Amino acid sequence: MNRQISRVAVVALLMLGALVVATTYWQTWASANLADRQDNEIQRVAQFEIERGRILASDGKTVLAGNRRVTKDGQAFYYRTYPTHGFASQTLGYSTQSRSRAGLEQSENSYLTASNANIGTILTAIGDRLKGTTVKGNSLVLNLNVSAQQIAQSLLDQAGCGAAVALDPQTGAVLAIASSPTYDPNLIEKPAGYAKIQRTKANCSPSAPLLDRATQGLYPPGSTFKTVTAAAALDSGLYTATSTFDDPGYCVDYGKKVSNALDQNGPEAYGHVTFIEAFQHSINAVFCDIGQKLGAARILDEAKRFGFYSSPPLETPSDARSPSGLYDFATHKPYDPENADTQVDAGRLAFGQERMLATPLQMAMVAAAIANGGVEMEPKLVKQVVAPDGSVIATMHPHALRHSTTPQTAATISGMMVQVVQAGTGTRAQIPGVIVGGKTGTAETGTRNVYDAWFIFFAPADHPTVAGAVVVENQLNGFGGAIAAPIAKAIMQAILQPPSNMSP
Amino acid sequence: MTARNRELSYLVAVAALTAVGFASVYIARQEVISWGSMGYAGIFIGLYLAAHAVARVTVPDADQYLLPLAGFLTAIGLTEIYRLGPSDAFRQGLWLVVGVTLFAIVLVGLRRDYRVLESYKYLFGVGALALLFAPRIPGLGTTVNGARLWVHVGSFQFQPGELAKISLIVFLASYLRGKREVLSQGRLKDVGPLLLIWGAAMLVLVQTNDLGSALLYFGIFISMLYIATNRLSYVAAGLGLFAVGGFVAYREIAHVHERITIWLQPWTSQPVPCPQTGGLALRQDCQSYQLVKSLYSISNGGFGGTGLGKGTFTTPEGTQLIPYVNTDFIYSALAQELGLVGVSALVLVFMLFVARGMKIALQADDGFSKLLAAGLTFGFALQTFIIVGGILRIIPLTGITLPFVSYGGSSIVANFILLAGLLLVSDRANAR
Repeated sequence: MNRQISRVAVVALLMLGALVVATTYWQTWASANLADRQDNEIQRVAQFEIERGRILASDGKTVLAGNRRVTKDGQAFYYRTYPTHGFASQTLGYSTQSRSRAGLEQSENSYLTASNANIGTILTAIGDRLKGTTVKGNSLVLNLNVSAQQIAQSLLDQAGCGAAVALDPQTGAVLAIASSPTYDPNLIEKPAGYAKIQRTKANCSPSAPLLDRATQGLYPPGSTFKTVTAAAALDSGLYTATSTFDDPGYCVDYGKKVSNALDQNGPEAYGHVTFIEAFQHSINAVFCDIGQKLGAARILDEAKRFGFYSSPPLETPSDARSPSGLYDFATHKPYDPENADTQVDAGRLAFGQERMLATPLQMAMVAAAIANGGVEMEPKLVKQVVAPDGSVIATMHPHALRHSTTPQTAATISGMMVQVVQAGTGTRAQIPGVIVGGKTGTAETGTRNVYDAWFIFFAPADHPTVAGAVVVENQLNGFGGAIAAPIAKAIMQAILQPPSNMSP
Repeated sequence: MTARNRELSYLVAVAALTAVGFASVYIARQEVISWGSMGYAGIFIGLYLAAHAVARVTVPDADQYLLPLAGFLTAIGLTEIYRLGPSDAFRQGLWLVVGVTLFAIVLVGLRRDYRVLESYKYLFGVGALALLFAPRIPGLGTTVNGARLWVHVGSFQFQPGELAKISLIVFLASYLRGKREVLSQGRLKDVGPLLLIWGAAMLVLVQTNDLGSALLYFGIFISMLYIATNRLSYVAAGLGLFAVGGFVAYREIAHVHERITIWLQPWTSQPVPCPQTGGLALRQDCQSYQLVKSLYSISNGGFGGTGLGKGTFTTPEGTQLIPYVNTDFIYSALAQELGLVGVSALVLVFMLFVARGMKIALQADDGFSKLLAAGLTFGFALQTFIIVGGILRIIPLTGITLPFVSYGGSSIVANFILLAGLLLVSDRANAR
């Protein structure tokens, strides 16, 4: 019988050995996959036993996201608090048990929970676990400038729905990123709080406070897009800053008259003008003409060199960023025509209509690239990652994304943009003692006399340290120069001048 | 050093581990529990020393590893049960007292010659059947989780299947010892009893709605039949018949069908009908809820685990995240807190126990003893495989207990009797 017993013993031991194999599968191979599942409450709750890293503004003092310690049955849980109640909420996102995570709280979760692959962090976390002490996450210090962010949010909230983005054109640092209406992330974990957020009342419908209008809001860029058209025109070699045009006051496009009438103070027809003057007064007829000569393909190629048709890189989750470009209104998807010259109306494209949609972040990147000699820097929210002991474990390195245009073209357009603010459509962005460059945009929305008001900007012109974009939605007879430019001015002042001596 | 002295030194090592386990739970959860709880470790060590003392007197030459290995498994189980709910640990402690008492009674009662059991084989056979069908008796049985496995007398609950398993093994060991010559000729007319037992296993399946128990009893039967007759054709035929029966059950019995569906597809991306609510729900939120939550618990442990006392089993509001976590799913709890390293070591201890049990079967010198030791050991291994394999999705999930580790009186008592049986066989073989 012993032979049979040995065989049965082997079978029994093999069965038990299979358990080790299967356990290995679930604990190593499959565990990342299971951790990501929506119904994995254990994973979600376990993260609340970690003292999540804080999120701070660039001053290193203003807490944007902190923790509230709650002890239940001897177990400490850390709930998120957002002391600023709506400061860049769409960008920060939230970390809750009831709705998982969004924004930076989602995309930077590994840093915030100390599960990032940094040797020091791993060792500390293992040590904490062995000692039975709470695992502490790493903190993020953002590039956000507190006063610029505050003024951007409050002015946007007064003006209506919209967004503002301010970048450091030399480093790509995101100095301000605001979307209006905003929401209080503290509400998410409260009973019925999420529904309350969704019911937020604002000057637009739907108010969609959770939508990050700065990175996901798609607006016709209107005349701010003329910076891209002008770059295409100059780069093509067909035009120079002193090229002259004859403005009849309208442009014949597909047999239809497209009139100018977008500079409130200007005449109906400017007559004989230079390229600089056409840009300064945002003369649609001239740009329509330039567009038709260049062709849509050349303009779209230039736009791609500024980053259109690709999601701008940023640390937020990829589904929270939209690419800019021509959009197919039926499918709500970007549409890149094969034969742009025959498929797209180049005249209207030249002044930023014709199904062209852009995010405020994208237009801010255009302004920053012009301000930085044609080099577009990668926008970055996070300045530093700081370990619980105060040591810096990661620091932002400026990274050039692409050479959008030549330094000569950038300098020419920069000069044109200075003219816009000094004596053109953007005079309301003037700051005493600072040379400001800008470009207004007043984009048709499809509803008569209702416009999206835009302003893109940089300052100081000789050595820009801030560049950005402001858009305010659905303004009845609202012009970019009148509505968006003053907001841009306030943001620039907050960054260029210390708050103490800021002019009221 | 004698076998018993070595056993004592291993028990001291187990005692030290137990103390470390309780201390680490205490350190991790000191805000909810007090130092007094370390008394559990003391009582536990005392119980095993008592068991050792009984073994010293009754089975002086028995295997020296089995008692410490069982002690180790019980210690891990008790520590985890204590971590999950100190009040359950108290009751588990009481059951341990009952278990050790029965262990002592069996050893003392059968110390002269356990082979007297052979003469009562039909009593054991009938006893096994009676215990198996007890949960079907109206007013006595209760349905838990879709399967009828419990009997209820007053506030006292018992899972008779655990004792039925041991009765069945004793019966089969005596019966097969008598009939092995006849059966090993493989004549068709002798296959009758085989078909009878297959029928009984299927009846168990139909009666209890429980695929796992049927597999357990039938697996024990097939393995013992093979050891007795050396005919692989019986194994093949038996497994074939079981597969046919299982397939029919899958087609005809809703509960079995559900178990297999859950096993094959625990997650759905579209809502499917949910029998519990009558509406539509994702399967992971309805039928496969237990399996899926337990897998999440295991995967959360990762390589090194969260550490004893640091696993996540409830929400901050106190809602239980894993159902039946200290009985059927104790392995998932251990996998989360001890990690792959810890539970691999645990499975290794089960393997050592099985290896020692099989060694006793090899050393025993009469057919009854060999069959008894091999049957008890194989039953122990198969039960471990069925519950843990179900949790790990190797086979469809069935709610049975993990020997020595799970919370539950019937399981503890039955496994102490099993341990006593193995020690008796071993003592006799070694005393020769």
